[in-house]
Amino acid sequence: MTDLGTPLPSLADRARAVAAEGTIVGVHFFKQTPVFVFGEEALLFAAPEGKKLVAVHSGAILASAADGSRIVTGGDDGKLIATNRDGEHEVLATDDKKRWVDQVALGPDGAVAWAAGKVAHVRTGKGDLRDLEVPSTVAGLAFFPKGFRLAIAHYNGATLWFPNAAGAKPDLLDWKGSHLGVTVSPDGKFLVTTMQEQTLHGWRIVDAKHMRMSGYSARVRSLSWTHDGKALATSGSEQLILWPFEGKDGPMGKQPTLLAQSPARCAVVACHPRQPVAAAGFADGSVLLVRLDDGALILAREADGEPVSALGWSAEGQVLAMGTEGGLGSVLTL
Amino acid sequence: MTTAPQTEKIPVTVLTGYLGAGKTTLLNRILSEPHGKKYAVIVNEFGEIGIDNELVVNADEEVFEMNNGCICCTVRGDLVRIIDGLMRRKGKFDAIIVETTGLADPAPVAQTFFMDENVGAKTRLDAVVTVADAKWLKDRLKDAPEAKNQIAFADVILLNKTDLVTPGELAEVEARIRAINPYAKLHRTERSKIALDEVLGRNAFDLDRILDIEPEFLTADDHDHHDHDHDHGHDHHHGGLKHYHDEDMQSISLNTAKPLDPDKFFPWVQDLVATEGKDILRSKGILNFKNDEERFVFQGVHMILDGDHQRKWKEGEARTSRIVFIGRHLPEDKIRKGFENCIA
Repeated sequence: MTDLGTPLPSLADRARAVAAEGTIVGVHFFKQTPVFVFGEEALLFAAPEGKKLVAVHSGAILASAADGSRIVTGGDDGKLIATNRDGEHEVLATDDKKRWVDQVALGPDGAVAWAAGKVAHVRTGKGDLRDLEVPSTVAGLAFFPKGFRLAIAHYNGATLWFPNAAGAKPDLLDWKGSHLGVTVSPDGKFLVTTMQEQTLHGWRIVDAKHMRMSGYSARVRSLSWTHDGKALATSGSEQLILWPFEGKDGPMGKQPTLLAQSPARCAVVACHPRQPVAAAGFADGSVLLVRLDDGALILAREADGEPVSALGWSAEGQVLAMGTEGGLGSVLTL
Repeated sequence: MTTAPQTEKIPVTVLTGYLGAGKTTLLNRILSEPHGKKYAVIVNEFGEIGIDNELVVNADEEVFEMNNGCICCTVRGDLVRIIDGLMRRKGKFDAIIVETTGLADPAPVAQTFFMDENVGAKTRLDAVVTVADAKWLKDRLKDAPEAKNQIAFADVILLNKTDLVTPGELAEVEARIRAINPYAKLHRTERSKIALDEVLGRNAFDLDRILDIEPEFLTADDHDHHDHDHDHGHDHHHGGLKHYHDEDMQSISLNTAKPLDPDKFFPWVQDLVATEGKDILRSKGILNFKNDEERFVFQGVHMILDGDHQRKWKEGEARTSRIVFIGRHLPEDKIRKGFENCIA
């Protein structure tokens, strides 16, 4: 526990402010250049030498994913759009009924998955198009680490699908309720969904054994695996909550680690890609860098009442980009 | 739980009505009249609206049960996602209208606003508006439980197509509506023509406005007097309202001038909605607790209760506690006895 009476060491003064106009809903990187994703229409390239606004959608941007070479976004204009490091963009797909494209995921081999309504689509690395209809609206997509398999969250569980294997019957991991997001552990052994209730649900994939991860004060909206894949950092409480995923049982029968006790609720988490460090963004505007070994804290953004809505690290972890609901971006180079 | 003041939240109007009642006509009217406001509209997949509006979203009406041990606690999961998406375009619209299918139960829509924190923090339920067909409603109340739910749940009812019925038929269908729900604002309309401020911006779920529901109760009595000519042999009156023996959906009104004991009242009402909540569609109340200078108000949807101190009792104001339940097969005697036991 942190003694809130003692000021934390702070790097907040060293952050570069990026005035953005509009709610920031995500942030990705092309090398050292952070790109903020707005809730509407545009991406903001925020290089130190100058900003560049790139309009990509004609409406809300509902989902985004990036793999270092492109940022893929889905919008309420029914379009799936890929933008490259130069800001050039192309439409990858258009929903024939102009339904919202509200889920996007990228695979390691160039595959892209997206969803509109109950249908999950995949364009494989080779450019083949596949789709799968699930029983209710797709609420989350995640590729397995090797990229061959796709996890699809929906009502009453998650569907596991091999898009490349034509005619392969998908597997269902069932659990009653509304599953609103999904992630797969970096070793491919566990699948975790966020639920409408204040809980996570997990399955050990080999035997579909259930894991319930509860105790949150709010719906969990942000998940991030630690650099070594041995723990899952989550938002949804007045701390950063880390569930252990070492060994064959994952978090079964284990307690989570609670770090970065805060007066405000944690809204976004992003683990450092190389070090045992996580960034945690809170509803009061503060962003804390949390050393996972001992819970030591450094302030990366001062509390200003602006809820933090996006966090992202550059691939090597030298740069942290932070965004708020009210449109304040900041970039901290470590 | 919520931080933004009521006024900053985007109001959401739920538009229900059985097939063919005139719901889409009303929706088109709302969208096309020159009011200078922009509405985001969530329609069901089968709905057709004739107005070009970039903020129209198709919904699938995906209902699911919350895993909280409350069997009637159903939520529209699609609304959770759609409102999240719409709020990314905050500033582009003034209000949201949710049109349900003709066969939809309004409860999951309403419960979504109480059960999802993000939805509740950014939007507020304004009112449930039900369009009813003056000619056919009487039949639908017999054969379609959905139509009955929509009437029972409503804050505002448009009794539409009044030009297609005789004055006698109109009075009869109004009495039927009043027997189920005496508290809704009832408007007679033709081709869904109505001043929009009668259906939008009603604040019907605002605890501060619960008092405003009462006058309609009194006018319901007035209607009833006019209706004497049309009474049939099997009807009789309960608390000033016409009671139909073939009607399983009823409202129960309780009141007492004696102060209530909060330590008895809260366990009682919580137990009541826990056991009967499946059949209680809506509840509302203004309460006078002993040794409490402030009025306590509450409202509920099935098992979900929402209540707070509202304001100080005014000088000379009658400190009467009043509660209303609208529901199906309500055990009236048990409820009345339970309420009386809460008197301090």
